[in-house]
Amino acid sequence: MIAPLRALRRPQGALAGLWLILVICAAILAPLLTPYAYDIQALPNAYQPASAAHWLGTDEFGRDLLTRLIYGARTSLSVSATAISISVLCGMVLGAAAAWFGGWLDRVVTMTVDLTWSFPEILIALILVAIIGPGTTGVMIAIAVAYLAQFTRLTRAQIMTLRGETFIEAARSLGAGNGHILFRHLLPNALAPVLVSAMLATGDAIILEATLGFFGLGAQPPVPSWGGMMSAGSALVFKAPWVIIFPGLAVAITVVAINLYGDALIGELDIRSRLRRDA
Amino acid sequence: MLSWLIKRLLMLVPVFLAVSVVIFSILHFIPGDPIDNLLKVGSSPEARAEMEARYGLDRPLPVQYGLWLGNVVQGDLGTAIVARRPVADLIAQALPHSLRLGGLALLFSTVVGVTLGVVAALNRDRWPDRAIMGGVLVGSTMPSFWLGLILILIFSVSLGWFPVSGARGWNSLVLPVLTIGLGGTALVARITRVSMIEAAGRDFVTLLHAKGLSPLRIQLRHVLRHALIPVVTILALRIGWILGGAVTVEVVFARPGLGTLLIKSLSQHDYPVVQACLLMLAMAVMLGTLLGDILQALMDPRVRAALT
Repeated sequence: MIAPLRALRRPQGALAGLWLILVICAAILAPLLTPYAYDIQALPNAYQPASAAHWLGTDEFGRDLLTRLIYGARTSLSVSATAISISVLCGMVLGAAAAWFGGWLDRVVTMTVDLTWSFPEILIALILVAIIGPGTTGVMIAIAVAYLAQFTRLTRAQIMTLRGETFIEAARSLGAGNGHILFRHLLPNALAPVLVSAMLATGDAIILEATLGFFGLGAQPPVPSWGGMMSAGSALVFKAPWVIIFPGLAVAITVVAINLYGDALIGELDIRSRLRRDA
Repeated sequence: MLSWLIKRLLMLVPVFLAVSVVIFSILHFIPGDPIDNLLKVGSSPEARAEMEARYGLDRPLPVQYGLWLGNVVQGDLGTAIVARRPVADLIAQALPHSLRLGGLALLFSTVVGVTLGVVAALNRDRWPDRAIMGGVLVGSTMPSFWLGLILILIFSVSLGWFPVSGARGWNSLVLPVLTIGLGGTALVARITRVSMIEAAGRDFVTLLHAKGLSPLRIQLRHVLRHALIPVVTILALRIGWILGGAVTVEVVFARPGLGTLLIKSLSQHDYPVVQACLLMLAMAVMLGTLLGDILQALMDPRVRAALT
């Protein structure tokens, strides 16, 4: 059986995997799961606490909170996952190129990566969103750039270590060319640690996306995102705390689940030492 | 040691230049014209040109950068376009608030994090370890603004112990420090635990056991000292993250500081203020890295020996 499925057999991996599958299914099936629309306001219903009709209550515009939470999962998960995918792709290309060609390219890449590495992701993302403009596209690009350094660094380190291994020497002495060694041997072997750290980074990206949404920079109303739902902030803490509590819980539980599942996966793949040495 | 220190300080110069170029040029890509905010609707092109000349926005970019950098080095950060006051004044007003908040959060996460990490390592794989590591995982996965709001809900709204927002008196600091500090605590506890466990497996520990020292004494006097080196290095590297956390938390608690200033100036397109805020944060990150290197050299005899 392949490792992602084996990880589900561990108790914490199973619990975490179950939650993640639940959230992803809910996000995909959103219109089938709820009788309400996420964007139709009903002001007389505003600020209702949890009830049989509205399981998690209603928000400041009288919209069903659970409905917005489910639709919000669509935005938050797709933005974070897409951003990290872009980041991983670009990071692998940059990291592999830097490690493979060396020389000035390596120096420029390493220096740029070290420079951005020392900046908090939230600052990089805030500035990029200021340049690109708010909205899901801006946030996606901002998150992708904010995490680029991490994957470039990891890929580069993996390739550098693998390059000295005996099996590479063996392939070379059998007459394998540069491209063959890079694409058939080095990159596939570097893939597992990079993909696992990408999964863990998706958790961080969900938090970053929520923070940008909280600042009102993410998906623009009426489209819900977990962070955007909380952007009314401390004003609502007095009046309708559930509007703040549930989206935050959704973020926290999902990120915990990603971490637990990722941990189980790291255990199954037996790559803990490779991740710690390079990250 | 001294020549190493001088070399290390000189290395900061190119980094500072690179950072300043990035900060300067990035802000000129930001759409939105600060002059638009200043001019009355329907002002003449001449009035606009005059305004641009006053703030030096009509010169070529490299010239603007040179002038800006020259002034920055002399401590002149320009004039805020919206507030119409020297940026240095605004920074001087905001910085102490952020430093106090960040410093206390750093102290909190170090003390609590190291304690939790040690307790977890001493009870490895038993229930205190599991409980602490579980708490640490949950603590590090909550968005900090949400944690702040929940703390407000519990301690300000329900219990009425602390004020909801503002910066009056020490008790307005408690919740913001907790909010930033809990994230850092998780990180410190995790690293302390791992490096304690790693250090406990070293040969010198076996020797100490063979000499008949009490296990607790070995753990606290020898293993912990060994284990603290990576903790200090990573904490110093994380100073930037703590200030980044301060940005969010200051907004949530409506506290004055670098973060609120940055967010406000970003939305007003007030270039000079944004540049100055970013420069301050970048310098904090660089000084943190430097501090980490120096502390590591002071704490680790092997590094010290390699430097002399």
